[in-house]
Amino acid sequence: MSSISPSPSRRGFLSLSAATIAAATVGAVSSNRAAASSAGLDTAADPRIRRFHVNEPQRKLLELRRRVLATQWPEEETVPDQSQGVQLATMQALAHYWATKYDWRKCEARINSYPHFITEIDGLDIHFLHVRSKHEGALPLLVTHGWPGSIVEQLKIIEPLTNPTAHGGKASDAFHLVIPSMPGYGYSGKPTTTGWELNRIARAWAELMKRLGYTKYVAQGGDWGAIVTEVMAVQAPAGLLGIHTNLPGVVPPAIDAAIQAGNPLPPNLSAEEKRACDQLAFVYQHIAYARIMGDRPQTLTGLVDSPIALAAFMLDHDKASLNSISRTFAGQPGFGLSRDDVLDNVTHFWLTNTGVSSSRLFWENKTPFFAVKGIKLPVAVSVFPDEIYQAPRSWAEKAYVKLLRYNKLPVGGHFAAWEQPQLFSEELRASFRSLR
Amino acid sequence: MAITAEKPASSTAVRPFTIETPDADLQDLRARILATRWPEKETVDDLSQGTPLATVQALAQYWATEYDWRRCEDLINSYPHFLTEIDGLDVHFLHIRSPHEDALPLLACHGWPGSIVEQLKIIEPLTNPTAHGGQASDAFHVVIPSMPGYGYSGKPSAKGWGPEHIASAWAVLMERLGYDRYVATGGDWGGQIVDLMGAQAPAGLAGIHTNFPGAVRDDVAAAVFSGSPPPAGLDAEETRLYEKLKAFWATDVFYALEMATHPQSLYGIADSPVGLAGWILDHDATSLALITRVFDGQSEGLSRDDVLDNITHYWLTNTGISSGRLYAENTQSFFGPKGVSVPVAVSIFPGELYQAPRSWAERAYPNLIHYNTLDKGGHFAAWEQPELFVNEVRVGLRSLR
Repeated sequence: MSSISPSPSRRGFLSLSAATIAAATVGAVSSNRAAASSAGLDTAADPRIRRFHVNEPQRKLLELRRRVLATQWPEEETVPDQSQGVQLATMQALAHYWATKYDWRKCEARINSYPHFITEIDGLDIHFLHVRSKHEGALPLLVTHGWPGSIVEQLKIIEPLTNPTAHGGKASDAFHLVIPSMPGYGYSGKPTTTGWELNRIARAWAELMKRLGYTKYVAQGGDWGAIVTEVMAVQAPAGLLGIHTNLPGVVPPAIDAAIQAGNPLPPNLSAEEKRACDQLAFVYQHIAYARIMGDRPQTLTGLVDSPIALAAFMLDHDKASLNSISRTFAGQPGFGLSRDDVLDNVTHFWLTNTGVSSSRLFWENKTPFFAVKGIKLPVAVSVFPDEIYQAPRSWAEKAYVKLLRYNKLPVGGHFAAWEQPQLFSEELRASFRSLR
Repeated sequence: MAITAEKPASSTAVRPFTIETPDADLQDLRARILATRWPEKETVDDLSQGTPLATVQALAQYWATEYDWRRCEDLINSYPHFLTEIDGLDVHFLHIRSPHEDALPLLACHGWPGSIVEQLKIIEPLTNPTAHGGQASDAFHVVIPSMPGYGYSGKPSAKGWGPEHIASAWAVLMERLGYDRYVATGGDWGGQIVDLMGAQAPAGLAGIHTNFPGAVRDDVAAAVFSGSPPPAGLDAEETRLYEKLKAFWATDVFYALEMATHPQSLYGIADSPVGLAGWILDHDATSLALITRVFDGQSEGLSRDDVLDNITHYWLTNTGISSGRLYAENTQSFFGPKGVSVPVAVSIFPGELYQAPRSWAERAYPNLIHYNTLDKGGHFAAWEQPELFVNEVRVGLRSLR
């Protein structure tokens, strides 16, 4: 979103009129089965798949602005750095921008510019973007976001992946893209009972691809998306040719357990492996946010009642991205995310009231984040330098019996598709070339 | 928070203090509660996902429509309370002298998510025992400070106010009040701080009472923290405790670790009353279960007003994050022995996070003068079971008079 210039007709928080407020009486979202035919897609033929359109009521945007402006702030942190979390100055700069300049309608229009849909799978509404390439031989690709990610994370890669000839690629690089919102996230339904853990999500994704008529496809993910994608690969549904991950689960289980327990590591680790262990130890020391979500999601009421609480919790995902986003809001260019990028995602979470429902995925999860899962399908790995750990090739080769590709990138972090969409798209093209 | 305190004549002056919460603050709180945007209900029918929606909604309903902060404010103001500067920070404290002049001075230190509100019920029976089932010889002069970053004490603006610093400040406070021989009691952080006072052993500290003893054997603590099997040779009771601590460490401690590592990221406990309430209610499984029953209409230990007095006190002083920073300051083991040399009285409540066996207490406290197991009461013992607690303090510290 960073490349979009301000629209002269922006309908941001600032330009609200009584007329627009009065007119905004429709629901937040609408889904219309009949409209699906206008998309001209194969999927329109399936009556289970309903066209979807985001149209947030103006009153919700006004209410968000009111809350941001009414924030009760804590005092400043007692350190001059980010070691106590998101600094007050960062949050106040974010709040100021959010309440005075940020324009959700731009993001909404961008999402709506792509065909998106809802279909019920296993009793739950699943929302997904489905963007078909004009190149008929394109390879279908399912991309899964993580936390605190969403479909917003993936918007920048849609054009380069579906329309490669306009973005430095060849027609033979083209993908048909499917980008679902996980259960409890975005415009997907919120489970009301337990059971929507990763295995079930992975099975639902296979059903989604089948329902869309794709008999051969690949899948990709980072963060939770990587784990869902790996679980899909373990399940190996008919049609799944291979996967790509930018957060590979390749840590040998014994080493993973030793790191978590603070026990001595095996003596024969390479320098690269030792570095990965140190990085993972840091992650485990700073993962209390995830453990609270895993143990007490319902206790995080503040995430749905306070926009600033939600924003801060989302900003404080990992050290590198917090540092980068803090620089962005301090007016120093970060390495890929703009203020609008960050707030598109936070606002998406806010307007869908998914702070707690998205957290329940952590509660549901029983799968180790980083440990080897036993995948037999082909796997491609991209290692970004600011990811929470850099998976060594040695571990990747052991974890994935069919390692298609292993590549280290010069820039990029945890939100690779969002931060470095061009590099990321090139990684996917190169990774899956041999599976076409 | 509007407060009135006389201007300090010198940095060591003790200035009388009165709480005068502006009406606007109470109106703003009520408006925020009524405007709460809620999450959907949890996907379970128990407490396993944290503070249930129904509990927080019942709390919010009561908070916005029936709860009266002025009653709590009047109660606090009915006691003499003060500010005094120690090491550059204003420290707030209640100071209630017994009518019995030779009463034993007692400092009572609260914990998190506690405050001076936790200690209000024990003031009368401790200072005026003859009206509360005791004898004149049971009397205490009571000093109840608010920890740095808590309540009406100042909020540190730089690092350095960890538990050891607080412990040494409490000795300064008692000395400043003219007490040359005194005792101290605490639970939760207060338990750790009185342990550290007991280790620092300032002149005048005759002994301590704790309902949160730092007495877990180092080898057991290490096994718990690393997820390792229990050390060899534990008896049945010790093995049960190892399992209990392991379960606590596996699932119940992450609120504390988040406050220890990223306190500044918890903006929701500063900006959202229900965010603060949900966070405070979910301290430990036993307390949460108790408070859930209270807001479900059952009467025990704590009342709805008790719970909301404490939460409202946090809200109006905007101390959700400043109080959480204590976790970031801490470098000590939460449960381990601190090297206490002074006499120690230990009370074991059945709903506490863990029940230290007598053998562990004897090892942690070479000068153990009292060890008793109570039949009811939990983490907030002074607040839940003030009569039992007061009796423990009287009996536990009697030999030090």
